[in-house]
Amino acid sequence: MSEVVLETKDLSMEFPDGTQALKNVTLTIKKGELVSIIGPSGAGKSTFMRSLNMLNKPTEGQIVFEGENVLKARGKQLRQIRRRIGMVFQHFNLIKRSPTYQNVLHGRLGYLPSLKGGLGRFSEEDTRQALEILRRVGLEDQAFKRADELSGGQQQRVGIAQAIAQTPSLLLADEPIASLDPSSSENVMTYLKNVCQEDGLTSIVNLHQVDFAKKFAHRIIGIKAGEVVFDGSPKELTEGITNYLYYSK
Amino acid sequence: MRPYIDKKNKMTKQIYVGLFIIFFIFSLLQVGILDERIFQAFSRVENLLKGMVPPTISEPIDVAGAAVESLQVAVMGTLWGVVFSIVLAMFAAKNVSPHISISYAVKAFAAFVRAVPALIWALLFIVAIGLGPTPGILALAVNSIGMLMKVYAEAIEEIDTGIIDALKATGASQFQVVMQGIIPSIMSIFISWSIFRFDINIRYAAVLGVVGAGGIGWELVRASRVMAYDEVLGITLVIFGMILLAELVTRFLKDRADMATLKAME
Repeated sequence: MSEVVLETKDLSMEFPDGTQALKNVTLTIKKGELVSIIGPSGAGKSTFMRSLNMLNKPTEGQIVFEGENVLKARGKQLRQIRRRIGMVFQHFNLIKRSPTYQNVLHGRLGYLPSLKGGLGRFSEEDTRQALEILRRVGLEDQAFKRADELSGGQQQRVGIAQAIAQTPSLLLADEPIASLDPSSSENVMTYLKNVCQEDGLTSIVNLHQVDFAKKFAHRIIGIKAGEVVFDGSPKELTEGITNYLYYSK
Repeated sequence: MRPYIDKKNKMTKQIYVGLFIIFFIFSLLQVGILDERIFQAFSRVENLLKGMVPPTISEPIDVAGAAVESLQVAVMGTLWGVVFSIVLAMFAAKNVSPHISISYAVKAFAAFVRAVPALIWALLFIVAIGLGPTPGILALAVNSIGMLMKVYAEAIEEIDTGIIDALKATGASQFQVVMQGIIPSIMSIFISWSIFRFDINIRYAAVLGVVGAGGIGWELVRASRVMAYDEVLGITLVIFGMILLAELVTRFLKDRADMATLKAME
């Protein structure tokens, strides 16, 4: 449990319009940890998460993922880092017109040569794996339906399946249940936690529902206005801290 | 304030209407729309019409061959147009273009290409290549690019950026993002615009022959030069039949495509 998977040092990000989204975020994430990041909307949770795989570029600081400097990575090296970081999005971001299993297979793109992956020539082994992963998230019956025929909760499980197909060492989930109803949320979080525990994945989940975060995570990080203001176990997260996070100016 | 603005608008409107009327009268005098020749044309029109019926086709094999050539020009022109447009659209769409300036450059190119009519392109290509169907194909392809690239690029710009992010996050290369993410997402728009453009190209292909770019238009010009008006009508009817047929085929294809989309939406 002591091996460090991810380390950020003094990570700062300023948007072109001058908004300071992240201020000197220094964090260490160890192997097998389930971390939940909480905080109000606009606090910088998403920006932080999207920086980790360079979907947006931090202006200062350092990110070290499994010994590699993410911010220095370009081209092929960056793609090889990204394929080891699975990501689940708030709005699922599936290819709506493609069948479900195809969406899961997209998780393998980083492992295929550009042309082969572009033409969708996935190996039989990959396809078998994709169907197996769909079974794990309880969607084996939906494998050949178009992604947009599925309900929101099901689509998010496809999103998780796609991330798992990458065989990642780190799983990022950016507000995975923010656009789902309470029962689907419960369901998606259960699948997410099970998958992480079965595969021994390290995982960071952005949530704004504190109760879900407490139930899901081993460790909770509170971010407010781009700064880490809390870092501890769910038990240490008292009501006073939550109130400070969400309500005080 | 309100009555003042109203009054001002009314004034502007009156000025526009006045200018328009002046321009109209000026044009009428200048061009001589009411040319006295119109009144003397009746006998000539009578002759022309008499010469046209019954429509004949003196060399059916030639005309049929020319009609098929027109279709081929339209198919090839559309095909090349579609292929180049989709590739260029990837550079024109702001959200996938490698750099914003490339996007503007490609869009400006498309606007220029669009502004020049297909007939002019055909004339230019005839000068460059010589008579025959090849300049016709090139002219249609270039003209198609102007339009298709714009609509494809707009379709790409409208897709959810999250889709691109999600694929990038898996470690996919740019080519993979395009092929696996963007193309499936714009497929229905892509198909319907391509079919629509094919429809337009068939109409153009029939006319392009007039300037010598192959196809049935050439037969039409040949017949009218020798004043074989019965043949002119015959060939015109063939063109009419050809376009009607193409219309039916493209409508069928479009319905099929729409059906597929509707079915999947259920």
